[in-house]
Amino acid sequence: MAVTVSRERDTVASPMQRALREAFYAGAIALGLFVLFIGLKTGQNMSNELVLTQRWGLLAAVVIATAVGRFLYVAYGQPFMANQKIADVATGLLPASVGSRFFQLPAFILAVVAAALLFVLGGSLAGWVGAEPAGYLQFLRALAVIYVLGCVIYYFRAFIHANFTKLGITALVLYPILVVAVLSLNAWSIAGGLQGSLKWVDNFGIQILIYVMLAWGLNIVVGLAGLLDLGYVAFYALGAYAYALLATHYGLSFWILLPAAGCMAALWGVLLGFPVLRLRGDYLAIVTLAFGEIIRLVLINWREVTNGSAGISGIPKVSFFGLMTFNVSDPNYIAKVLHLATSSAYYKIFLYYLILGLCLLTAFVTIRLRRLPVGRAWEALREDEIACRSLGINTTTTKLTAFATGAMFGGFAGSFFAARQGFVSPESFVFLESAIILAIVVLGGMGSLVGIAVAAMVMIGGTEALRELDFLKQVFGPDFTPELYRMLLFGMAMVIVMLWKPRGFVGSREPTAFLKERKAVSGSFTKEGHG
Amino acid sequence: MDANTQMNGAILQVDHLSMKFGGLVAIGDLSFTAKRGEITALIGPNGAGKTTVFNCITGFYKPSEGMITLNRADGSSYLLERLPNHEIPARAKVARTFQNIRLFSGMTLLENLLVAQHNKLMKASGYTVLGLFGFPSYRQASAESIELARHWLEKADLVDRADDPAGDLPYGAQRRLEIARAMCTGPELLCLDEPAAGLNPKESAALNELLMDIKNTSGASILLIEHDMSVVMQISDHVVVLEYGRKISDGNPQSVRTDPRVIAAYLGVDDEEVETVLTEVGDEDVIEQLDTGPDAAHGPGTSASYLAGPVSDTVGHSEGERVTVSKGASKAAQIDARAVTVASKAVVAKPEQATKPAPAAKPVAKAAAKKPAAKAPAAKAEGVSNRLAAPRGGKADNLTRIKGIGAVNEKKLNEHGIFHFDQIGAWKKADVEAAEAYLAFDGRIAREDWVKQARLLAQGKDTEFSRRVDAGKVATSHASAKSAGATSGKTAAAKPATGKRGGGK
Repeated sequence: MAVTVSRERDTVASPMQRALREAFYAGAIALGLFVLFIGLKTGQNMSNELVLTQRWGLLAAVVIATAVGRFLYVAYGQPFMANQKIADVATGLLPASVGSRFFQLPAFILAVVAAALLFVLGGSLAGWVGAEPAGYLQFLRALAVIYVLGCVIYYFRAFIHANFTKLGITALVLYPILVVAVLSLNAWSIAGGLQGSLKWVDNFGIQILIYVMLAWGLNIVVGLAGLLDLGYVAFYALGAYAYALLATHYGLSFWILLPAAGCMAALWGVLLGFPVLRLRGDYLAIVTLAFGEIIRLVLINWREVTNGSAGISGIPKVSFFGLMTFNVSDPNYIAKVLHLATSSAYYKIFLYYLILGLCLLTAFVTIRLRRLPVGRAWEALREDEIACRSLGINTTTTKLTAFATGAMFGGFAGSFFAARQGFVSPESFVFLESAIILAIVVLGGMGSLVGIAVAAMVMIGGTEALRELDFLKQVFGPDFTPELYRMLLFGMAMVIVMLWKPRGFVGSREPTAFLKERKAVSGSFTKEGHG
Repeated sequence: MDANTQMNGAILQVDHLSMKFGGLVAIGDLSFTAKRGEITALIGPNGAGKTTVFNCITGFYKPSEGMITLNRADGSSYLLERLPNHEIPARAKVARTFQNIRLFSGMTLLENLLVAQHNKLMKASGYTVLGLFGFPSYRQASAESIELARHWLEKADLVDRADDPAGDLPYGAQRRLEIARAMCTGPELLCLDEPAAGLNPKESAALNELLMDIKNTSGASILLIEHDMSVVMQISDHVVVLEYGRKISDGNPQSVRTDPRVIAAYLGVDDEEVETVLTEVGDEDVIEQLDTGPDAAHGPGTSASYLAGPVSDTVGHSEGERVTVSKGASKAAQIDARAVTVASKAVVAKPEQATKPAPAAKPVAKAAAKKPAAKAPAAKAEGVSNRLAAPRGGKADNLTRIKGIGAVNEKKLNEHGIFHFDQIGAWKKADVEAAEAYLAFDGRIAREDWVKQARLLAQGKDTEFSRRVDAGKVATSHASAKSAGATSGKTAAAKPATGKRGGGK
């Protein structure tokens, strides 16, 4: 007996052997998985014949990468992580954390200098070193910038954590100004800065904030009330079409139609709520999914009203409360009123602040509602519906108010979306949108506004950032389009985050009232709701 | 029970409540009353239908039949079976707890208690509209609700953990929190479903204290399901016992504790003990009650479920399907069956009473009319050969001197025309079998050799047992040892204890 035990200990004790063995297994599994996926590629030649392209080199690269990765992880990664948890015998302290080893002052200074140099030389780099190395240098610049930002966040993490909301709102308010300022400096002209800011304000800022608002709206239904809604995009579509139709046909102002669209979506939220009141869990999810599809199919097929798949174009722009407009031809065009140079960036910046305001409204209402009896009833409903009924809570109206409130914010976001795009079509309201919004809510941590905002920034900002990785074309060839891989990265990011933080970025829950001190409730106690 | 409670009146009145799930009868024709300001306990073995009664009262089930009336202190009455689920706590002021604790585990203790004040706060917040704009009226109401929550947290001894999640509490504290949460709804009737389940003695004592405190200070009446007899006996003023969905006993804790049906239902006694118990309690009053009650052969009474025999016998189902409880399953029913045997014989003996019109039986019970509830078939009564119309010389022998014959059996034998030792002594095998059949004794007469004992006694000799009887060491139906007297004082004395058993209310 004893001999056997010691023998086993010997085999366990050598991480190198184990790493080699596991690397071999990982390589074998990768080979088995990818031999048909990567090793062989079917295609057509000029005469429409099936041709089999063999890509053994690529296959070998993938398999070797897998094996080496596994080897490094088992041989060095695991022992390192185990060591991180062992306190030093002499000092009694844990070893310095990975963060403090990685983010060090000399490296920080180096990165700042490198980034600054590369920014300054940005335009003339290609001329000096040629196109391909310039691509790598651009990549290096991006890494340096990320490193600098990482250092700043790491060293001020306590402060950031304590004042996250204030800092976040300040950063969001200053964002367009900063973008314009930086780009103006870069291009040495304000007009150039405004022009360059379009992409950053519109594609990043507005796009992310729309999703933040949608996710915060869905958070009321899914995160607070625990009702799994897979058809949330229907309310987004309702809001968008309500604004598009009423504005194009009756010429009504955005400021009238915004609440109208919200009310319309809320009404539909109640209408959807009635039939699904008795459903829970999976059944509720299926019915709401069907509701989303029904709305989309009605939009496609009700041609007389919605113009079918062609959509509605020429949706009027939002005006600045009727005082200033953003149409160049109007007499009260903003640039004419304020004596500025004509630029399309004003409208985008205005839209940015508009959606930021709507987001803050959503957050304010959500925070207020959580502290009101109705919000507590939503959370109680998520925790235990039967107990709710035993306490005299009318679960029917409570569920309906959750659906209606969530739908209302979806409607607001929809009408804003229509105004921003100037064009709506059923293409924008497919199931994938619902899935993305739900993914943001789950990833952020159900019920947590901050977590959801961060998740929206990562998910939407991340996919948008993939469009910016042009230098990868120089690495992988001109055919390589990083945007095509965004769904893959999206999925991988979700899997990794869910492994790392199963309850989302912010798993804990802020109590709505307290007697002595406000203590966050750990996610292990909260329930996800049964639908 | 007396003038005091009469004045207070009933807070909850359950009349003829039935609940069927498909063919399963969970509650059959249950009637009871809970008095204001009292703690009423609902007890019974597992599966007796206690929680179903609770679910009917609190609106989680709609009863198949029956009426549940709640009388509030302000004089208004509510028919609970007609109110929607959530309006029962809101309007009729009935709060409940659950057998498997149902707290909002991800919310703090304070939040749990604030959720319980939902309806009050909803009104104060102008159905959310005023609250959204931060009107001062809501802020004030909110502060008041936190004060009320703090009050109940203090009562439940949980104020130190007010800001912790409810799911983090130990089990006993969760029970107390659930009661505190129910009390935050401001109930007039608090229904507690097994509040002491899974508590250690210390926690159980704390719970008793909390319940007594609620009873004495908050003015709420308590209806309680409990298995823990120490809790029931210590704190309850009134106990209702269920078995197989029927009420088998109803009264104060002392009377219920001594009720043979309750003992049988709980302990599952064997036949001999059942008989002993019946004898101890005094069978006499059972007979008297039965005489004035409806004829057992024509269906059970309107409310007294113990007349009706096993549930399976009494409830027919319209679809023809029926979940049958095995006839021997209900121990209390076994006692009833014996009592009814006695009763039916008594009826035969007094023909003028048999003609009394039976009270209209409930429709549920009608199906039972065809099936006599009594087990012993009347035909067998003729089985014993040497019957006498009356005791010779007007005086029967003291049959209890025979080992194995108690007061009950003596009465039964007397009713069948067996009065003397020599009669039993002359029994042949067929007679013994017949007697065993109507006494429902399988092989006992042969085993204890009543015949031989009777022969000895008939000859004037003594057995070892009869000597003990004569010495007064064994209970007997006769006052003095050898005289065959009338009913003893002992049985009469036991009467009051069981006197309330039959009454529905």
